[in-house]
Amino acid sequence: MVCDNCHEHEAEIHLTQIVNNEMTTLHLCARCAAEKGVQAATPAQLPLTGFLAQMGKGLGGDVEAGAGGPCSFCGTTVEDFRRTGRLGCPHCYSVYEPQLRGILRRIHGSTQHVGKVYLPPEAEEADRTARLTGLRRKLQRAVEAEDFERAAQIRDQIRALEASINA
Amino acid sequence: MHDLSATPTLGLEWLHASGPHSDVVLSTRVRLARNLQGYPFSIRAKPADRDAILSTVRGIVARDGMLKDAWVLPVRELQRTDRRLLLERHLVSRELVNEATGEPPLASALILSGQQPVGCMVNEEDHLRLQAILSGFQPVECWKLADRLDEEMGAHVPLAFHHEFGYLTSCPTNCGTGLRASVLIHLPGLVLTKEIHKVLHGLTQVGLTFRGLYGEGSEVVGNFFQISNQTTLGKSEEDLIDHLQKMVRQVIEYEVRARSILVRDAPSVIEDKVWRAYGILRYARSLSFEEVMNLLSGVRLGLSLKLLPGPSVYTLNKLMIFAQNAHVERLAGQALPPAELDVHRAAYVRQVLAEEEAGRGA
Repeated sequence: MVCDNCHEHEAEIHLTQIVNNEMTTLHLCARCAAEKGVQAATPAQLPLTGFLAQMGKGLGGDVEAGAGGPCSFCGTTVEDFRRTGRLGCPHCYSVYEPQLRGILRRIHGSTQHVGKVYLPPEAEEADRTARLTGLRRKLQRAVEAEDFERAAQIRDQIRALEASINA
Repeated sequence: MHDLSATPTLGLEWLHASGPHSDVVLSTRVRLARNLQGYPFSIRAKPADRDAILSTVRGIVARDGMLKDAWVLPVRELQRTDRRLLLERHLVSRELVNEATGEPPLASALILSGQQPVGCMVNEEDHLRLQAILSGFQPVECWKLADRLDEEMGAHVPLAFHHEFGYLTSCPTNCGTGLRASVLIHLPGLVLTKEIHKVLHGLTQVGLTFRGLYGEGSEVVGNFFQISNQTTLGKSEEDLIDHLQKMVRQVIEYEVRARSILVRDAPSVIEDKVWRAYGILRYARSLSFEEVMNLLSGVRLGLSLKLLPGPSVYTLNKLMIFAQNAHVERLAGQALPPAELDVHRAAYVRQVLAEEEAGRGA
């Protein structure tokens, strides 16, 4: 398609306008568009594809640099991880911990979990203390958000947990 | 063999459009990725591991809790149409039913509560994918439901958790909170005013991501988008939910503004567009699903702008699900070649709209 303005160059920008209830579309080449002060809207890139491609590269590079493994629990090798982008078991997180930190920082911008702290069915003292810290953080958050119903629930959880620690 | 025909609306409570902002946001969902301690992740799990995981979950379902008396649907025990039916209802992922090669993975299952809008996929990419889904725009309520389910599950069975990395998941993109909150949103105003790329690009700048109707890698049809958080580690669940809520609220505002600009600047163009969409849906003799989706988008827009007297948003939601291939085939009681599928689909849409019109006395 040729530019509607200069009729010379290939049209690259397609401007749709609604004026007085009538829709018009103008096809312009890059130069004429610039002259008319029309800027092309950058099409949003599909974030996931680019993100995954980038991640794939990152995974490979990082893991190769100081490769440990294979994982003694599930046998996942660096090669497996690089190929699939998936770890084989919870133990892999310890085996590949140094490399994972770099990867996690790049994906999430952080390596430290600050969400809820899990309390396993047969919790030990350390689990309870960690959970308590997490709950206090949540309580503060709920109060700040003025979600008092939730705050009351969290306070109950904290009391029950404190009682079980002191017991 | 399980048969889903006895429960025609299983997992579809959100269709009722009872939630806030239902004219823009169709549904909100929250999923939590969890893995059981002591087993390899699904990618490395042996058949015995997968069986053990499923039977552990069955044990939890048998207890008194949110999943009491829930449906346990092992994917291998479902007919192929039923698996596609669940896929079309967004209740299972492609990975769980393995549509690509036809043979579903061993001991993969969908657990679905009959009482509450919660469920769980078992032996997916992670051992457990807990999920809650609500009508309209309700991220906080949805998170509270998923959180309660998570607390219950985690109290019965040890989950893989790390003091630094949080809940451990097979793919490091999900670890930490394991939380993905998403809204299914209809943005015809932004598409028609060509503002959509700017808005979507803006979302990617603030840690959110968007996809088409069927999740990862799917195309955008009918101006429906899924917006969700991109990262899962380094922020608390409440902060992730809060952020999504704030950003999507802005998108809703932009969309509402775009719609009012359309009506202000091009009322007759828009009115013609939505009535044409309705007319085709109401009288066409053959419709592809993609065409239905695009036309439904037009009618939905017309409804929210009060340019059309009906049908209800509920009917539009229902058509969106029930006019899909597996649902049309279920209604016809047989597998259909593409051309006939489109004929059956058009007949179904006509019938639903005619009934609505009769109900309104139109």
